[in-house]
Amino acid sequence: MKARVFVSYKSTVLDPQGQTVCAALRGLGHRTISDVRQGKVFDIAIADGVTREEAHKEIETIAHEILANPVIEEYRVEIVD
Amino acid sequence: MTAHAPEVIAQHQLTADEYRKIVAILGREPSYTELGIFSVMWSEHCSYKSSRLHLKKLPTRGRLVVQGPGENAGIIDIGGGYVIAFKIESHNHPSFIEPFQGAATGVGGILRDIFTMGARPIAVLDSLRFGRLDDPKTGARNRRILGGVVAGIAHYGNCFGVPTVGGECIFEPCYDGNPLVNVFALGICKKEEVFYAKAAGEGNPVIYVGARTGRDGIHGASMASAEFTDEAKQKRPNVQVGDPFMEKLLLEACLEAMRTGAIVGIQDMGAAGLTCSTCEMGSRGEVGIEIELDRVPQRETGMTPYEIMLSESQERMLLVAEKGREEEVYRVFRKWGLEAAEIGVVTEDGKLRVRHHGVVVAEIPNRELADEAPLYDRPHTHPPRAGLIPDLPVSKVQRTLPTLLSSLDICSKRWIWEQYDYQVRTNTVAGPERTDAAIVRIKETGTSIAISLDGNGRYSFLSPREGAKLAVAECCRNLSTVGARPVAATNCLNFGNPERPEIMAQLVEAIEGMAEACAFFDTPITGGNVSLYNETLGEGIYPTPVLGIVGTLKTAEPVTIPFKNTGRAVILLGGIGECDDTRFGGTQYAKEIVKQLWGLPPALDLEREKRVQFAMRKIIAEGLAESAHDLSDGGLAVALAECSFGPNEIGALIDVDSDLRPEMLAFHEAPSRILISTEFPKKVAAIAEKYEIEAPVVGVTIEKGIEIRQRTITLGAWEIGALKTAYAQAFESHVR
Amino acid sequence: MKFGVIVFPGSNCDHDAFYAVTTNLGQKAEYIWHDSPSLGDVDAVILPGGFAYGDYLRCGAIARFSPVMGAVGKFAAAGGLVMGFCNGFQILVEAGLLPGALIRNRGLKFVCREVRLRTETVHSPFTNAAQEGQILRLPIAHGEGCYFADGRTLDELDAEDRVLFRYMGNPNGSLGDIAGILNRERNVMGMMPHPERASDPLMGSTDGLTIFQSVLHAVVRA
Repeated sequence: MKARVFVSYKSTVLDPQGQTVCAALRGLGHRTISDVRQGKVFDIAIADGVTREEAHKEIETIAHEILANPVIEEYRVEIVD
Repeated sequence: MTAHAPEVIAQHQLTADEYRKIVAILGREPSYTELGIFSVMWSEHCSYKSSRLHLKKLPTRGRLVVQGPGENAGIIDIGGGYVIAFKIESHNHPSFIEPFQGAATGVGGILRDIFTMGARPIAVLDSLRFGRLDDPKTGARNRRILGGVVAGIAHYGNCFGVPTVGGECIFEPCYDGNPLVNVFALGICKKEEVFYAKAAGEGNPVIYVGARTGRDGIHGASMASAEFTDEAKQKRPNVQVGDPFMEKLLLEACLEAMRTGAIVGIQDMGAAGLTCSTCEMGSRGEVGIEIELDRVPQRETGMTPYEIMLSESQERMLLVAEKGREEEVYRVFRKWGLEAAEIGVVTEDGKLRVRHHGVVVAEIPNRELADEAPLYDRPHTHPPRAGLIPDLPVSKVQRTLPTLLSSLDICSKRWIWEQYDYQVRTNTVAGPERTDAAIVRIKETGTSIAISLDGNGRYSFLSPREGAKLAVAECCRNLSTVGARPVAATNCLNFGNPERPEIMAQLVEAIEGMAEACAFFDTPITGGNVSLYNETLGEGIYPTPVLGIVGTLKTAEPVTIPFKNTGRAVILLGGIGECDDTRFGGTQYAKEIVKQLWGLPPALDLEREKRVQFAMRKIIAEGLAESAHDLSDGGLAVALAECSFGPNEIGALIDVDSDLRPEMLAFHEAPSRILISTEFPKKVAAIAEKYEIEAPVVGVTIEKGIEIRQRTITLGAWEIGALKTAYAQAFESHVR
Repeated sequence: MKFGVIVFPGSNCDHDAFYAVTTNLGQKAEYIWHDSPSLGDVDAVILPGGFAYGDYLRCGAIARFSPVMGAVGKFAAAGGLVMGFCNGFQILVEAGLLPGALIRNRGLKFVCREVRLRTETVHSPFTNAAQEGQILRLPIAHGEGCYFADGRTLDELDAEDRVLFRYMGNPNGSLGDIAGILNRERNVMGMMPHPERASDPLMGSTDGLTIFQSVLHAVVRA
């Protein structure tokens, strides 16, 4: 079993990287684009014998307390088999 | 309009009296937006309402002062047609909440303060305080805060392209829940090209440039307000994200736009954003400003006037241009890919008038808003006292020196400063740990600027007045040690809750001590910052007045700390100095070996200090010093070791004639002392005699080792290699 | 001779490079804005250090699309001398004018310090004034300076004598201790250390001038 955690700035927080990439893409003529947000992905392998519920709970905690800073960031946890 | 409910007023941190004053100024009840505007302008941060009365005691004028307090930065004439702009500012609370972004935006804010005056930033230094890294309970968090703060400063400064050339970093439990991040920045400008944050000229356009406005950092008051749901609160971060790339573009574009001659006045949007910049520019120019919020570039939809006016989004500037020449300004900002929008106009009626969808949502007289903020003479009694002299264990000098050299406060901070680009702009004549003061050259004039930051919380806790004086003396001494003449100062006053009379007493005494010393050394305070309510678990931090003092010298190879050659005379300029058990209580020895704080800080004789500094500058001017290092934390033994850590590892054998106990002799921290090595001891002696200071030859430089004797009896002898390794590697082991 | 110093939004060593080749080397120089479609009459081009476009996305990834990079490509193809220092090196590899990539330092931190470099070849227009094996003291200041390339590329660089400098004491984890390289035609170079910061005695080293003097020799001889 694997977990995947997406971390990015909250939608209301300025994302300088996304903003600069967006401006560059538009400058290169990609006019279909209106916004870019950048984030991080963590792929985490879960040890054998752990239940889905246990894994989810643990990864939620890790995401909230370590991987993301809830002051400015939001995260999403996915458990994949 | 109806009166606001008492709890809404309280949430805005306004007292009933302050609210009555607002009603009196307006002649009516304020709108919600107006309430927000008053609350930020009259906050402690913007109005200095607790400290203003006492800040007036500081000397602010001088022959070289072009601009004192009241602008974005102080300005000093350095000759040759150039001026420097500099200031120090704190970003303590944001750095605790989000260390990386808090520190980064702290750097961004102070850099804007400098370039808004037309000066290109050429140096940054920082003064940092953290909790203990090895504390079982708080150590892990403190290490994370330290790592984040350093990385944040590096991220912003390195990307922006300003060298971080020095600073200081100290650890005490009192900073556990309240780190201090004080950032100093300095810039250079032609004298006739200084810009001021002053609006003028009825009908002139008010132009907004830089990043768009979002709901960043809108003050706590709004978050507590009833109209926001919990979810909305979650989304409204009090911490802003810095964009150093945007700031770099803003710098280049602003300096270029200034050269067009079409700009009348300019101010950055820092704390209280659009509110502060519009009202202060209007107030300084004794004019009104009218803006339409619909024209403010916005990052988010549906922002209220309250939110737009109070947003603290970073990397934004407000400027007033000459009517009819707007296009010249816009052209420059377009070139740099930046947004610029005309959001309003200068008026004659002296009012800040804010419209939203055409409707007036705030109308406040500028002068009253900016200058008639409440002023408090808060009660002050006596600063808290330290404990009595404890039983002092005997600790052998031989064992103690390595312990002190590997202690957090004293050991090399290379781990920190290697993360900073300290060389960009190729002006760094002396960067971190090479000299007592950082030196940056001014390519245009052949002059260099030396800069020193200092503040000792332990000394200041024992005596706020003496602690502040000692900080001024230490900064000036650091400058003199590289041959620079101190010319002006900036201060950052980090204190606890001023509503507690004993804390207020600390603040008052520190300001008075600073005033006395700055007047004495002729280093007027040209600006700075006050940060109050710094507490850990309800206990105030040590009173921590941090000084930043700048000096000037001719550009040349610097006299650095390490001994250069063997067989040179080692002279202790200023003599062995005095100490007793009481005066020993604030030292690093007391902290690391006795593990207590007691008594009084080292005794400072201002007259003698000045003479030592004059002599030092004379010695350097005559080319007599091969190395120079002042005695501070850890006293004589630590200074001697640091002088031996150069690439050649040349040490010294010294023999001191003194009655002091061995550990006191080696580690006391009396000021007014500088250790130099020279080929010309007689010439140095002649200068010392002229300035009526002691300057005993205490020893001679030798290869590979350090030895300290007291009247021929050896107190300690060390191989340099082992000491240097301990000193160089300690920090990294603490950080892990 | 005349150097062209390219200015990208976010370049911050442009003034330093300009100062080094004018005041320290005594030659002419001009700034070239990133949206300029041509390089004018310059004899050599410098892509300076800094954080072009904030180094957001990847170092050099956005800058390589600047209009001026088309002109730099043509200039290089015609045999013109092109130098990239630090961020400039990152831009040149992103643009494909030099092989490999520059990734995050092994220590994961920005590092600013003086390093020692061994000159690996003097058969280039950038090192002809150096001695074979000469040790140069130059500063580095980067967070992403770890040189990476596949095995074949590394072999090729070795076989074709295209490694300009190697670190003595690897500060960032670069493969093969590589600090600077050449393209196959030997007229484009990139290096992470900053020669422009070591061209003035007051900055503690003048070893960087060796590189600029080499370029001067090469151009004057040509």
